[in-house]
Amino acid sequence: MINNPSNRSVTLHISACLFLFLFSFILSDYHQLIITRIMILSIFALGYNVLFGYAGLLSLGHALFFACGFYAAGLPIYHLGWEVPFAFLFAIAISAVVATLIGAIALRTHGVAFMIVTLMFSQVAYLTTLHFSDITGGDEGLVLPEHARSFEIIGVQFDLTSPQTRYYIALGLLSVSVLAVYRWVNGGLGREWVAVRENESRTRMLGYNTFLIKLKAMIISGTLSGGAGAAYALMFAYIGSTFASIQYSIDALLYTLLGGAGTVLGPILGSFIMFYLIDFFSEYTTAYLLATGVILILLMLFFPLGVLGTLKKKWFHWIP
Amino acid sequence: MSDIIDKNIDQKKRKSLKELAGATGIAMAAQFNPALVGHVFGSDRPIKVGMQLHRTGIGASYGRWYERTAAATVNLINQEGGINGRPVELIVEDDGTDPKRGAEVIEKFATQHKTDVAYGTLFSHVVIGSSPRAGELKLPYYVVSEGYHVASGALNRYVFQPGITDVRSQMISMAPWIAENLGKKVTMIFPDYAFGYDHRDYFSLAIAEQGGEVLEMIPIPPTESSFTRYFPKIPRETEVLYHVLVGPGVLTFVKELGQFFGTRERPRIFGYIDSLEAVDFATPQLEFLQGTHFWEAFPRYVQPNQTQHDQYFRGQVGVDQNGASVNDPRDISTYSHMFGCWETLFIIKEAMEICGYSGPENRSDLVEATESLTEFPESRNHPQGSKIFNGKIHQCFGIQHISRVEDSRLNVVHTTSIEDGLYEPETDYLQMSL
Repeated sequence: MINNPSNRSVTLHISACLFLFLFSFILSDYHQLIITRIMILSIFALGYNVLFGYAGLLSLGHALFFACGFYAAGLPIYHLGWEVPFAFLFAIAISAVVATLIGAIALRTHGVAFMIVTLMFSQVAYLTTLHFSDITGGDEGLVLPEHARSFEIIGVQFDLTSPQTRYYIALGLLSVSVLAVYRWVNGGLGREWVAVRENESRTRMLGYNTFLIKLKAMIISGTLSGGAGAAYALMFAYIGSTFASIQYSIDALLYTLLGGAGTVLGPILGSFIMFYLIDFFSEYTTAYLLATGVILILLMLFFPLGVLGTLKKKWFHWIP
Repeated sequence: MSDIIDKNIDQKKRKSLKELAGATGIAMAAQFNPALVGHVFGSDRPIKVGMQLHRTGIGASYGRWYERTAAATVNLINQEGGINGRPVELIVEDDGTDPKRGAEVIEKFATQHKTDVAYGTLFSHVVIGSSPRAGELKLPYYVVSEGYHVASGALNRYVFQPGITDVRSQMISMAPWIAENLGKKVTMIFPDYAFGYDHRDYFSLAIAEQGGEVLEMIPIPPTESSFTRYFPKIPRETEVLYHVLVGPGVLTFVKELGQFFGTRERPRIFGYIDSLEAVDFATPQLEFLQGTHFWEAFPRYVQPNQTQHDQYFRGQVGVDQNGASVNDPRDISTYSHMFGCWETLFIIKEAMEICGYSGPENRSDLVEATESLTEFPESRNHPQGSKIFNGKIHQCFGIQHISRVEDSRLNVVHTTSIEDGLYEPETDYLQMSL
């Protein structure tokens, strides 16, 4: 039964989540803390990959969606005293609405124009966070208040200052995201995305509404990215304009390219590799970004489709 | 990977075995080498100071001098016997002048390096982004940032700024002199992000208290590389042009400002040295600044009344009479900020000695000991000048200088008193739990 490609890929994805769960028992405090961050950023990359890896749309403005969830979760807590779960759900809803609006405009363009339009939207969002600094805290940012460091759901208390709690929440969110994306990309929607990616004109000729297909990718991608932003703000109790900067758009692209665009687990792997490369080299050299860059170039030479993408092409064709 | 897998489900069982084995080993070792036992129990375990450094990013020029200053201070403390008889080890991690990386560095200090304190951060957004992690990990975090964020009450009980006066206090102390000597009708040019807003908010209040007014506020977006189009907004009746900008655009700003005014009569100009820290005043583009005034916390150029403490500080850190590196006259220091690293380390030392600090289990004692401090008299350990410390708001207050640019150097024309910069505290960290 495990030899069935479909079963193998299901097993792989569930095993990956299970591995992260079991791994938590042997992790040191430090690695538990940073893997929590990596898992949340992986959700961001996972969302980016839906648009780029599957629908073939290269966005340079995904920081906008991350920041959208980030601020939509943090600001109501800071200014209105909202509870954490409401703020999180609100952020996801707002991210979906913003992704729909941005998608409806940006998807009227193609190729380089799409990249530029998404980049421009993102820069507008970034400068908006700076301009309305009375509300957002601008560049300095805001620290979320004490009441936002814990919440209760059906009688169960969650303490966000506890590293273990944060780890398992991040893992839960990542697992749900992985399984949702896995289901989408293996269903009809995923095939439509790939069809648009491979040949949009032909897909349109076959009677598909390619605009709608791309818009769905944009909405799912933006919502996942916004969810990641919301989780990041709530977990680490800080919101600031830096998280809306172009660097975060590039990070999502790098994670995806490095791990393997068009594979569900690739962006997660890419996030882990990037994070640990920077962390490792920064201990030994001030030129750690240079060292990381050299390693990335080497990786791309030997794994031109990203690590998992290349493995998929050469040996594991069944990886979705 | 071995350090990742340092815990397992059978941790308790393993711990018991380790304790048994450890106790047996120590008992045996004590028979042969008593000094070894002292070492095992950590009596000479170094005090680890985690320095969160802006080695890269927009704060890199500050970071370079912060690191040199911290290294010189640690060296001196160790030469004199360390802290509580233990050597001090400086562990430096680059935060990229980025709040996300800054928070990660704090986590790394607390859980991997297991430092006793974190220290040395300058840029406000890194401080604010890192402080929730420092508070939750209960890691005392001593910043050298100058921002008002610590004293404002926005942070938590584990964050201190004992070695450098905050911007609000600096402005309050200087506003009377500016109003009296330069003018009362002010136009402000400042960066359109948080660093600039401290200036916008607190200087406008301070000048109003002196009977002055801000005629126009001109925020400059952080992405701006040319400034000419902003200058026509400066009202003609402006008496004082107040400027504070940071980053690579500063030279262009000054050059274009000079071109704008040309040979016309210009308003008096007052700037924050933050704009020109690590920049040589002899740079050709800066000729326009001749005759203008700057705030300095610690005079970059040696003054006729130089104290022995300033002389000693320069000698230890490697700064010449012009505020440049003794090894390279083109390498200009960040003299009005970096003294904070020196003074803060001595304050950490003092607080650790008060509470008999022995390890991370005493971190809350260290917090309370720091809060109990009240003044730092001018001395070798506090070369910038005497300071008073308010434990409720975790902030110190010191003297400030106003200097005039003459012959491509800064000459001090006025020095404020500590009392000039005091304001009513707006928070009380002592009410927060540890």
